[in-house]
Amino acid sequence: MNKSDKLVTNAVGRLVPTMVNGKPAVPFMGVGKYKPEGFRAAPKLASCADYPADGNKVVSSLKEALVKAGLRDGMTISTHHHFRNGDLVATQIFNIAHELGIKDLMWFPSASFPCHEPMTRYLEDGTIHHIEGSMNGALGRFTSEGKMKGLGVLRSHGGRYQAVQDGEVHIDIAVIAAPTADPFGDANGVNGSAACGPLGFALADSQYADKVIVVTDNLVPFPCLPWQINGNYVDFVVVMDKIGIPEKIVSGTTELTKSPDRLLLAEWSAKFCDEAGLIYDGFSFQAGAGGTALSIGIYFSEILRERKWKARFARGGSNKYLVKMLEEGLVEYILDGQTFDLDGVRSMRDNPHHTWTSPFTSYNYHSKGNFSSMVDIVILGATEVDVNFNANVVTHSDGYLLHGIGGWQNTLFGKCVILPVPLFRDRMPVIRDEVTTICGPGELIDVIVTERGIAINPLRTDLIEKMKNSSLPIKTIGQLKDEAEKICGVPAKPKFTDEVVAVVKWVDGTVLDSIWQVKDK
Amino acid sequence: MGVIAKTGNKGKGVRSDCSVTFELTDHGGIQLQVESKVAVMYGDMIRKEALEILDFFGVKNANVTIEDSGAISLVIGARLEASIKKLIPSEKNWLPAMLEENRYTTAKDRNRFSRLYLPGNSPSLMINAGIHKPDGIILDLEDAVAPDKKDEARFLVRNALCGIDFYGAERMVRINQGERGIEDLNYIIPYNVNLILLPKCEKPEQLQAVNEQIRKIHQKHKLINPVWIMPIIESSLGVINAYPIASSAENTVALAIGLEDYTADLGTKRTIEGAESFFARSMVVNAARAAGIQPIDSVFSDVGDMEGLRQNVIRSKALGFDGMGCIHPRQIAVIHESFAPAPDEIDRAKKIVFAFHNAQKQGLGVVSLGTKMIDPPVVKRALNTINLALKMNKLAENWRESYEQI
Repeated sequence: MNKSDKLVTNAVGRLVPTMVNGKPAVPFMGVGKYKPEGFRAAPKLASCADYPADGNKVVSSLKEALVKAGLRDGMTISTHHHFRNGDLVATQIFNIAHELGIKDLMWFPSASFPCHEPMTRYLEDGTIHHIEGSMNGALGRFTSEGKMKGLGVLRSHGGRYQAVQDGEVHIDIAVIAAPTADPFGDANGVNGSAACGPLGFALADSQYADKVIVVTDNLVPFPCLPWQINGNYVDFVVVMDKIGIPEKIVSGTTELTKSPDRLLLAEWSAKFCDEAGLIYDGFSFQAGAGGTALSIGIYFSEILRERKWKARFARGGSNKYLVKMLEEGLVEYILDGQTFDLDGVRSMRDNPHHTWTSPFTSYNYHSKGNFSSMVDIVILGATEVDVNFNANVVTHSDGYLLHGIGGWQNTLFGKCVILPVPLFRDRMPVIRDEVTTICGPGELIDVIVTERGIAINPLRTDLIEKMKNSSLPIKTIGQLKDEAEKICGVPAKPKFTDEVVAVVKWVDGTVLDSIWQVKDK
Repeated sequence: MGVIAKTGNKGKGVRSDCSVTFELTDHGGIQLQVESKVAVMYGDMIRKEALEILDFFGVKNANVTIEDSGAISLVIGARLEASIKKLIPSEKNWLPAMLEENRYTTAKDRNRFSRLYLPGNSPSLMINAGIHKPDGIILDLEDAVAPDKKDEARFLVRNALCGIDFYGAERMVRINQGERGIEDLNYIIPYNVNLILLPKCEKPEQLQAVNEQIRKIHQKHKLINPVWIMPIIESSLGVINAYPIASSAENTVALAIGLEDYTADLGTKRTIEGAESFFARSMVVNAARAAGIQPIDSVFSDVGDMEGLRQNVIRSKALGFDGMGCIHPRQIAVIHESFAPAPDEIDRAKKIVFAFHNAQKQGLGVVSLGTKMIDPPVVKRALNTINLALKMNKLAENWRESYEQI
């Protein structure tokens, strides 16, 4: 019996379900085509008369808070991922639910990490029905093998906000781990031993959930400033010994690449931006946390320094390299969604030019505009790209779901989107006839930089014109694909059953693609 | 039964390689196990090609295990052939197709600023080597290969010469010393290697032996492409014999120095300042110049120290060297940049070349700059500098037009 009985072909030619976990779903209609009408979802009215006048909402344990919040079968429980692989809170929620015999919960994390592998146990025993958010590593494998009861739903950071705002997802209980909080529930991520920078991924949760629990290991007397999360939204505050493992929160693993091949990608990407006139005094950029992206920042710095230019703003994920650019005056502002190391946390706390953002300000589809479309240069990664410039970030070429979308889809709206990717990883070609899963439609992806050549999307006639006399090896995407296959051989496609195990949502909430159950070898 | 051959590499950190275990049996046919990181995409292809190779070598009964970490076909082929030949000697070769783009020859006096060493038994470093645009790539069969891996490296290097595109880099192989080195030639000469590096060269006879073997192979395979030789001087005796070595064979194009072995031979240590090798380096430069070939410097081994490398190249250029070995692709750009003509050199060369053209135009036999007469060798060097600057995009093709307007 299929979990999703009716499938239709959407605007990018992919077969997608029209019902997802019992709710109707709209197939992807094209970029900017779907504009639902009506009103934003709203949380229940609260009355301050129901809350302690002294502002003290502290309860003795997470279990007590969950019970008081009315935890019961079938609820949706949300968490954020600012602690990345150092999160000690999310798993505890489900330990408690399991202990209480609660079943069929939906976990709604903003992302999952390898530390969440224990959740597979709760997926198996029925404590958790399914996950909407991201299914990384072991959870992805579990999903791909068809073991999850419901359909997985993958959303971007902006899409998560959208889904909450238009009522697609109703959060029953939000659990917000906060590095510092006061008894009223005001909280921030810039102070405390589990400091992680912003708490923006939990903003929608605080505003829209029926019940909000703030969990901290650093309780300070009111007021907790800055208050990135307002206590006015919060029902209960829980104090624990330890909510996160600092060295895994700010892992410092985001180092410049030493790989000569990746450095070449970085060098060519920066050169491309320069030759195409994308870098100018007052430009803006977003580079991810990968080693290649970081190295591009170093090349940008050289160009800016030499010409005495500044970037008006850079989008984080921030880290020491971006902070260095800010402090050297090469970047005027950092608008930061998440912080990858302690230099980033310190800078956000102390430097008024380094501010936190949330998916609401940066990415939300139901905002009256958002700034993702104002960024000049966006550097992103991908597991696969196809000859139509469609790209994949969630599955690998062997068909397995292994990653989440993060902010990747949202940033595609930047003015020039560049994907520096190797032409093949070991023997796996990155450029394919067709990507395993479409996460971003090709019309939004402008340039693919590989170590054997650079392909410009034919839609970007302006860039093609500018790069006509470039010294860089400009090729067609078809040529790049042929080169990869000449070296690696033509890869066979993974074999799937006809069961959909998860769907990829577009930023507007429509279904962009399906992820299929892998067939046993 | 019970005789097992193993080739290749596996384990953590191994990429683009595979490990083959080959056991001959007396019955039961071919039992082939393939475990691959890319099984979904290439598992069937790996099986098919492995069976073809086993059949090609007439293997009827064997247990074969391939543990693959994403190796491309020509690597798996090399590993399997090497393991088969450990147990079944054969004159036959299972060759990947020779790429059309690998059939180029190189000029005797081409630029040899950088030559990138690639360990001959490490496929992961070979596949992308050419994209970094060294002047030459060296597939090393000598010191970079462990003694027990030297046989299998020959097959890998052979297959790389056939099937890996090095994008115009001069295709070089460093052979082993002595008799093994002469044997190495059989595995590489038929596959359009452009240049042979001859390690620990101490006397001209070593070159003669190499050339004799090359001649035989050329005759047998009816080959005509030139094979250049770059002897490496790595000992005190080699230094003393530098000129006879440099001048003894027509196809010797460069003379290199290897300082690790040389300093060991002297009983001293290699220093950054290099006082201990000043004599040897000067001897090599002098001998090479006397023989009309290129003097090439030793590698700089700290791959993290780009500034140290830059200083080293500047010293090397000042001593008269024309190029240097490198052991990491990131060294290439620094080496090219530092061997390239400096702006003041180019400026001076422009003046001289401009004066030279003027003199020609006016039918004058003597070139002069202001009141100073310019000797022909100075003009020649200036012309070389300009050519080099043009080649390295340091100078616009139409520089003379803009120069005349000044």
